[in-house]
Amino acid sequence: MLTKRIIPCLDIKDNRVVKGVKFLGLKNAGNPVEVAKAYDAQEADELVFLDITASLEKRKTLINLVENIAKNIFMPFTVGGGVANCDDIRNLLNAGAEKVSINTAAVRYPDLISDAAKRFGSQCIVVAIDAKLVCQLTGEPVCQLAGEPAHQLTKKWEVYINGGRTPTGIDVVEWAKHAADLGAGEILLTSMDYDGTKDGYDIELTKAVTKALNIPVIASGGAGSLEHFYEAFTLCDASAALAASIFHYQEYSIRQVKEYLKEKGVPVRL
Amino acid sequence: MIAIIDYGMGNIHSVNKALQAYGAETIITNKPTDIQLCDKLILPGVGAFGDAMLELKKQKLITALLAHIKSKKPFLGICLGMQLLFEKSQEVDQTSGKATLAGLGVLKGMVKKFQDQKNLKVPHIGWNQIKAVNRLASEPVSRLNRQTGKPANRQTQECPLLKDVPDNSYVYFCHSYYPDPKDKSIIAATTDYGTDFTSCVWKDNVYGAQFHPEKSQSIGLKILKNFIELC
Repeated sequence: MLTKRIIPCLDIKDNRVVKGVKFLGLKNAGNPVEVAKAYDAQEADELVFLDITASLEKRKTLINLVENIAKNIFMPFTVGGGVANCDDIRNLLNAGAEKVSINTAAVRYPDLISDAAKRFGSQCIVVAIDAKLVCQLTGEPVCQLAGEPAHQLTKKWEVYINGGRTPTGIDVVEWAKHAADLGAGEILLTSMDYDGTKDGYDIELTKAVTKALNIPVIASGGAGSLEHFYEAFTLCDASAALAASIFHYQEYSIRQVKEYLKEKGVPVRL
Repeated sequence: MIAIIDYGMGNIHSVNKALQAYGAETIITNKPTDIQLCDKLILPGVGAFGDAMLELKKQKLITALLAHIKSKKPFLGICLGMQLLFEKSQEVDQTSGKATLAGLGVLKGMVKKFQDQKNLKVPHIGWNQIKAVNRLASEPVSRLNRQTGKPANRQTQECPLLKDVPDNSYVYFCHSYYPDPKDKSIIAATTDYGTDFTSCVWKDNVYGAQFHPEKSQSIGLKILKNFIELC
């Protein structure tokens, strides 16, 4: 039986892991290869590396890093961040990434999705979507303190690009459907509203997207407890759940999460 | 010496490193002469079927590859590298628009796409189990002869590639297409995803895995070690 995946996410800047990783006993916690090896040893199901390096020049060294990671871990990983064209994708795949994630470029040039899917196959093309809740009636962000009863609104989410800095006016569910039609093999769906809150994944957002699609969806943003992973799989039908700080700061190990899920009847690889 | 064919279609580093970790001598190459000289050959692959065949042709690798297989030296195809062994694929060629594509034809059968089914997400991405097909295990229904209801062409031993790999071990998959061999006796393992599809094949000196052993942690490494140890 295909199992649900637990995926730690690492932000990479100038070939270093940022946002802090505090593995006990890890001599060099900023080194992506060392962190990747630690997660490989923990039997994480996949890893995601997001390169947030600002300058294009420095970004070129990313390929070397990916090669280095591939030589050191024997598990699948996805690389994303700044992927702009098919050449970028080919280079990352040849360097050892199992999948490549595209975000801003996919929104700007949707043809990139279809071109890449044709050349490399859908299975390695992940479209990452950063989603933010908007009020459908006014288009204004919903203010939680305004006392506006949320159930009176049909919830809508807007696609943000450029690392969450630029709103696009595009509806998340519509975009996800379009991306899948163009040939995306997987959606990495991050809730900007829940990211970093540890309040759990955005159940409604994730559900809205998985329901609309027939490709796997990775839930991302908000994991803070064991129950949150359970919810992502059982309430939202996510194929995988991604988390960063909860693992980096060793609040929970991969194994703890999987054991909890297994006990609750969720299929996991243990 | 194990040669890993580098034809610009996907990851070669993980598999190379894994083989080296077990003390195997390896060479990453796209030269026919290297292929002629090697004892074992690995064809990896990520990408489109048509492109991969085109690259093999362009780089003049097909003759050497087929000669290697004919010489009875061990050969391993991984993912797309395994699919290419078959006669044809349902994958649509994007440049020519051809609906079926010709493969190397080493193994008889067709590479098919997972059918749309309710609750079956395609691509098949993640960790799933392999069930070995051998004479000690009970035969999966798909291997029964339709007329007689009896197992067709039973294999007499387990696949050497899966030696000491516990049944139902988890390995990593990432694909939308799977092989459907005409000769069911070459099926070494199956995996359940909507249907019991062929996840590992074995015919004489030719081995193929739909999953990625180089990405399947300890179980995958065990499988690669088994390949190294083949005579």
